[in-house]
Amino acid sequence: MRKLALSDEILLSIDKPARYIGGEVNMVVKDPKKVDVRFAMCFPDVYEISMSHLGLQILYDMFNRREDVYCERVFSPWVDLDRVMREKKIPLFALESQDPIREFDFLGITLQYEMCYTNILQILDLSGIPLHACDRTEEDPIVIGGGPCAYNPEPLAEFFDLFYIGEGETQYDRLFDIYKENRKNGGSRMDFLEKAAELPGMYVPAFYDAEYNEDGTLRSFTPNNPHASAVITKELVMDMDSATYISKPVVPFIKVTQDRVVLEIMRGCIRGCRFCQAGNVYRPLREHSLEYLKDYAVQMLKSTGHEEISLSSLSSSDYTQLEGLVNFLIDEFKGKGVNISLPSLRIDAFTLDVMSKVQDVKKSSLTFAPEAGSQRLRDVINKGLTEESILKGAADAFHGGWNRVKLYFMLGLPTETVEDMEGIALLAEKVAETYYDELPKSERQGKVQVVASSSFFVPKPFTPFQWARMCTKEEFLERAYIVKNKFKEMRNYKSLKYNWHEADLTVLEGVLARGDRKVAAVVEEAYKNGALYDSWSEYFKNEIWMEAFRTCGLSVDFYTTRERGLDELFPWDFIDAGVSKAFLKREWEHAGQAEVTPNCRQRCSACGAMKFKGGVCFENKN
Amino acid sequence: MKIRIKFAKQGTMKFIGHLDVMRYFQKAMRRADVDIRYSEGFSPHQIMSFAAPLGVGLTSSGEYMDIEVHSTGSSAEMVKRLNEVMVEGFQVLDWRRLGDEAGNAMSLVAAADYTAAFRKGYEPEDLEGFLAGLEAFYERPSIPIVKKTKKGEKEMDLKPLVYACRVTGGDEPSIFLRLSTGSSSNVKPELFLETYCREAGFPFSPFTFEIQREEIYAPGFIPLNDLGEIIE
Ligand code: SF4
Repeated sequence: MRKLALSDEILLSIDKPARYIGGEVNMVVKDPKKVDVRFAMCFPDVYEISMSHLGLQILYDMFNRREDVYCERVFSPWVDLDRVMREKKIPLFALESQDPIREFDFLGITLQYEMCYTNILQILDLSGIPLHACDRTEEDPIVIGGGPCAYNPEPLAEFFDLFYIGEGETQYDRLFDIYKENRKNGGSRMDFLEKAAELPGMYVPAFYDAEYNEDGTLRSFTPNNPHASAVITKELVMDMDSATYISKPVVPFIKVTQDRVVLEIMRGCIRGCRFCQAGNVYRPLREHSLEYLKDYAVQMLKSTGHEEISLSSLSSSDYTQLEGLVNFLIDEFKGKGVNISLPSLRIDAFTLDVMSKVQDVKKSSLTFAPEAGSQRLRDVINKGLTEESILKGAADAFHGGWNRVKLYFMLGLPTETVEDMEGIALLAEKVAETYYDELPKSERQGKVQVVASSSFFVPKPFTPFQWARMCTKEEFLERAYIVKNKFKEMRNYKSLKYNWHEADLTVLEGVLARGDRKVAAVVEEAYKNGALYDSWSEYFKNEIWMEAFRTCGLSVDFYTTRERGLDELFPWDFIDAGVSKAFLKREWEHAGQAEVTPNCRQRCSACGAMKFKGGVCFENKN
Repeated sequence: MKIRIKFAKQGTMKFIGHLDVMRYFQKAMRRADVDIRYSEGFSPHQIMSFAAPLGVGLTSSGEYMDIEVHSTGSSAEMVKRLNEVMVEGFQVLDWRRLGDEAGNAMSLVAAADYTAAFRKGYEPEDLEGFLAGLEAFYERPSIPIVKKTKKGEKEMDLKPLVYACRVTGGDEPSIFLRLSTGSSSNVKPELFLETYCREAGFPFSPFTFEIQREEIYAPGFIPLNDLGEIIE
């Protein structure tokens, strides 16, 4: 019988013990003594969130295909267990072997959102690994970070030995080989890091010095070690079908956020929305072939027994084989009690037809993401969705039996005016009016329900808005009230609903997103004073963070409300994410003039990603 | 056609709650390609019902569920197929065909067997005294308890609901209990043991005993799988 790291007494006194016992369907079991490399794969959030992350399952599967590597999982203990582990001094352990993390060779932490940064310190702390890379010894695991937030790793620089910039499929094999080789030769931690630094995509923060100007901006960022290169180019998979996918995803016992098979159909995006980091850093768009996806869909449903399959991509409607894929899924699985869910689809005739086949129209709602309330502002952000197409899509849907609509917006976008804000309410109203105009009373399924939500805009690195000024908390809330009040004036007010996100959290996210190395001290100070699970609004304690900024002598505004000059050196400029700074500048200027840039399939805008020699940049160009 | 499945839930699986056990088996049916029947409607679900939920923390060597299938292989084949997709801790023990008119497992449940052993570190100093006292306690003509209900407190007699209580095993003794189970009068083994501990002055905590359910019975102490027939 498997031995657990926690006693029955502990497991029976905390919430959801299944988070900590492992043993799930498709969990990989190996003898740790028979492998050369032990890798602890960490998602720094609670089990249900962590296990819903696709990237983690892809790497888990890929690493474990190697006989000499055992990849296990570790997640943030929830606050109840966190307390117990500190009190009883129980070291953090991996789910598979239940062994302490400190015994591993690697601790790999995926960085999916900024608000998990204090949870990273929790993981290190509970594992008994020194928080600062410079304090670690030969006994400690190599702490490696990856994922979207690694595109600006600087606020976390001192906590990591190594960052992997880009997609994990390409370099980990070589990294493991180097690690084994180094150990065989009796090499030290330092020797390994120097060799690792020579691999593409690898960034060893200790090998670089950052100097600052008097005003706090970055003056220079230079390697201090001959093994480190001045520019780190992101890694990416060019032939998507050559990458292995997950044939046997781990199936949690408890209900997790993604309780379904997730099929990644492509990476990257052709759209070029100017606020979107993913759409920029994952360029160019690269598709999987239909055959590849069919094959994995069948395998994964069979190996998990899930009752649902979902497609994953930034904009599924842009997948060239979408129709073929969706028809395959319906023909193959619909009769077998498998639900098919199709997120991130643009609403058009095809989509509505498919949706009416795969979901219960009465119970589902239509989703549009106009992101901005006016056409002018949508042009600024390059969101190619017009009011006309939204109303047309809504009208068609209403005729098809839908009567619930969700609209997603952002507030605080560059150049936003009161008119743009009020446009949110006006657009929601027009959608409601479309329902009453289009359907005679006899055909209506009750009242229409339009829910508009707005999040607050955070400028992100490697987007054309990386220079932009971000709003203060007060400005955000003021804008939300303007929208809310406009809603009250609407004729169909009773059919409309408006809600908005938390502003405190957004401001902090803004600091961490575009932060530099100095911000690390704030993260650490906040953690030491009890900040944890900041992405969970019920645990987010803004005062702790504000106090930490004061203690560390840093200003929130420097990172958020300051509009950056075009010639400013950014903390993340040493990374080459494909999109060039020249392209981003051009886009920032186009944004200022509300000029739209066509998508990659309409016309190439020479963003820089063509140098990777593949994907959409070379479609129809053989 | 109706099928009754018997399974064991052992080891670390005792931390998986009842609803998650149901989800686990729904997925297991798909992995094993069981030709299970689905309900009608837009989001069809498998026809599946469990005999008696088992509390978190308890193991079992005799759990039951009923399903409906369109077709089936032999009992041995189906048991094998399901066990090929089980995780460590879950084991399918039996697959039997029920008559069309058979009542479902849940409505039939009348009694269940349990064994309780002391968890390491929780053995009473006077183990012999504990066990001797337990048998005497069980011999009493009545065991009145006060049960908390939604409407307040209610006095009741445990005695007629406890069908057997005896000490088994030598060096590491355990307590065998046969208790009334089911919707009408359900006695949890913890309740009986706690009542004894309290009255006899032994310490009791939710962790004192490791409890395992051994079998579930229909009226007349017929194990639930005996109501079905083996498919050759
Ligand atoms: S190089 Fe052109 S086609 Fe390729 S991703 Fe950039 S804009 Fe799109």
